[in-house]
Amino acid sequence: MAPIISIAKLTKTYASGLRALENVDLEIRKGEIFALLGPNGAGKTTLINVVCGIVTPTSGTVRVDGHDIQRDYRVTRSRIGLVPQELHTDMFETPWGTVSFSRGLFGRPPDPAHLERVLRDLSLWDKRHDKIMTLSGGMKRRVLIAKALAHEPEILFLDEPTAGVDVELRRDMWALVRGLRASGVTIILTTHYIDEAEEMADRIGVISRGRLIVVEEKTALMKKLGKKQLTLHLQEPLAEIPAALGDWRLELKNGGSELDYTFDAGESRAGIASLLRRMGELGIVYKDLNTSQSSLEDIFVSLVSERA
Amino acid sequence: MSTAIRFPAFNRHGVLAIYRFEMARFRRTLWQSLVTPVITTSLYFVVFGTAIGSRMGEVDAVPYGAFIVPGLIMLAIFTESLNNASFGIYLPRFTGTIYEVLSAPVSALEIVLAYVGAAATKSVLLGLIILATANVFVPLQIVHPAWMIAFLVLTATTFCLFGFIIGVWAKGFEQLQFIPMLIITPLAFLGGAFYSIDMLPPAWRTASLFNPVVYLISGFRWSFYGTSDVGVGVSLAATLGFFLVCLAVVVWIFKTGYRLKS
Repeated sequence: MAPIISIAKLTKTYASGLRALENVDLEIRKGEIFALLGPNGAGKTTLINVVCGIVTPTSGTVRVDGHDIQRDYRVTRSRIGLVPQELHTDMFETPWGTVSFSRGLFGRPPDPAHLERVLRDLSLWDKRHDKIMTLSGGMKRRVLIAKALAHEPEILFLDEPTAGVDVELRRDMWALVRGLRASGVTIILTTHYIDEAEEMADRIGVISRGRLIVVEEKTALMKKLGKKQLTLHLQEPLAEIPAALGDWRLELKNGGSELDYTFDAGESRAGIASLLRRMGELGIVYKDLNTSQSSLEDIFVSLVSERA
Repeated sequence: MSTAIRFPAFNRHGVLAIYRFEMARFRRTLWQSLVTPVITTSLYFVVFGTAIGSRMGEVDAVPYGAFIVPGLIMLAIFTESLNNASFGIYLPRFTGTIYEVLSAPVSALEIVLAYVGAAATKSVLLGLIILATANVFVPLQIVHPAWMIAFLVLTATTFCLFGFIIGVWAKGFEQLQFIPMLIITPLAFLGGAFYSIDMLPPAWRTASLFNPVVYLISGFRWSFYGTSDVGVGVSLAATLGFFLVCLAVVVWIFKTGYRLKS
């Protein structure tokens, strides 16, 4: 399928000398949900802001459906909606006033029926005449989404859409994103939450220190990223891992008093049961156990250090 | 291969959206934007026009109370144009909502047209209301009404462009007030708002000619009474020159993205 966004050799160096993006090449497919993951300051927002026209690139090209974002900025911007990370709204306006403003700003004639649909979909209809300053944080984020959808964009950028929102709103947003994708909208979202990317995305890109280090189908990437760990606190320390436990990825820690078993999140948990059974047969007794899942931040650090 | 999509050469919906938004802000702050300057100017008329003015002779064959009307209107236009236009663009920068304008399919010209157009509308409206208020206190005549409107619109637009530049340049509310309070207001008071510069000693009169505000007030006063401190052609040229300088700076701002884009 032809890409709807093509980014080639994109570099951005700010006046301060900070290189936020370095030779980024990326293609977004029409109709997909693409999740851009990365730690704070990785360059996610800069990348989005360049495509949307808020930040001027230092070099490289960005094309939206074949149109250059600088030469044909009217065409490209009219097709893009942006939900920013921060709650930037005019606090004295009403939801109805601000979505009407957004639709006009993006060159679209008034369409009260469309705006009503958007506000109803986002559960904002009953609040349409309230001042935005009186709305809760979650409602304000919904207003930002409504503004981005007011001009019926074909591409929607969601920059950390669920940062700091409650579980219910997160679920609502996921449902909304799925609905938009079903209607043909291409969605690019940035997030810190691996479960969000897992739940939503078709493909995932990982960015760190301005470099796009991984772009893969979700299923392939989740196998790489989704590591889990079982830690067994042993009754008696071991000098070394017995050869009979060679089938499992084990590591001794804390002077042999802890045994770590690392396995992929997608892997069958049967490995744990067989490991414990085998340990029992070998007379290795444990007094406690716990499981943990590596955070996305840990995984990023590991990915970055691998490529440094 | 790209899909053939056309976008109008002029984004009128976008311009109207910003213009209406700014006018709605004007309505929300009606006391600050309109009523306060009208009351302040009325007080000037009461003090300088009626109380003190009645004890003063005519200036250029015009009663003193009527003489100061063009100067007072210009004073209000300068201040309010700068305030309206600078706040109009500074507030979205301050609150972060500027992201939406910068990511929208609106050109630099359309953005300026909308923001400056709205600010100039407010200023012209204010000028006309002050004129009507003045008519309550002193008898007025306008010899060249078309020129009066032309000077009013041109000066308001020019100072709104200047205010737009200040709004983009300012890094804080203090800087936003710096130029209007510490430069423009003194220049306006010393630029013949309350007197003819012909009343000054020769040295001060010569010094006054370096004050650009003299030309703006003089031209506007000429449209009322047909008399002026400097030639009306010079006044018009000075006003147009200031307008073109401000326009060039605004064009440069959008060309470079100065303090708007990183």
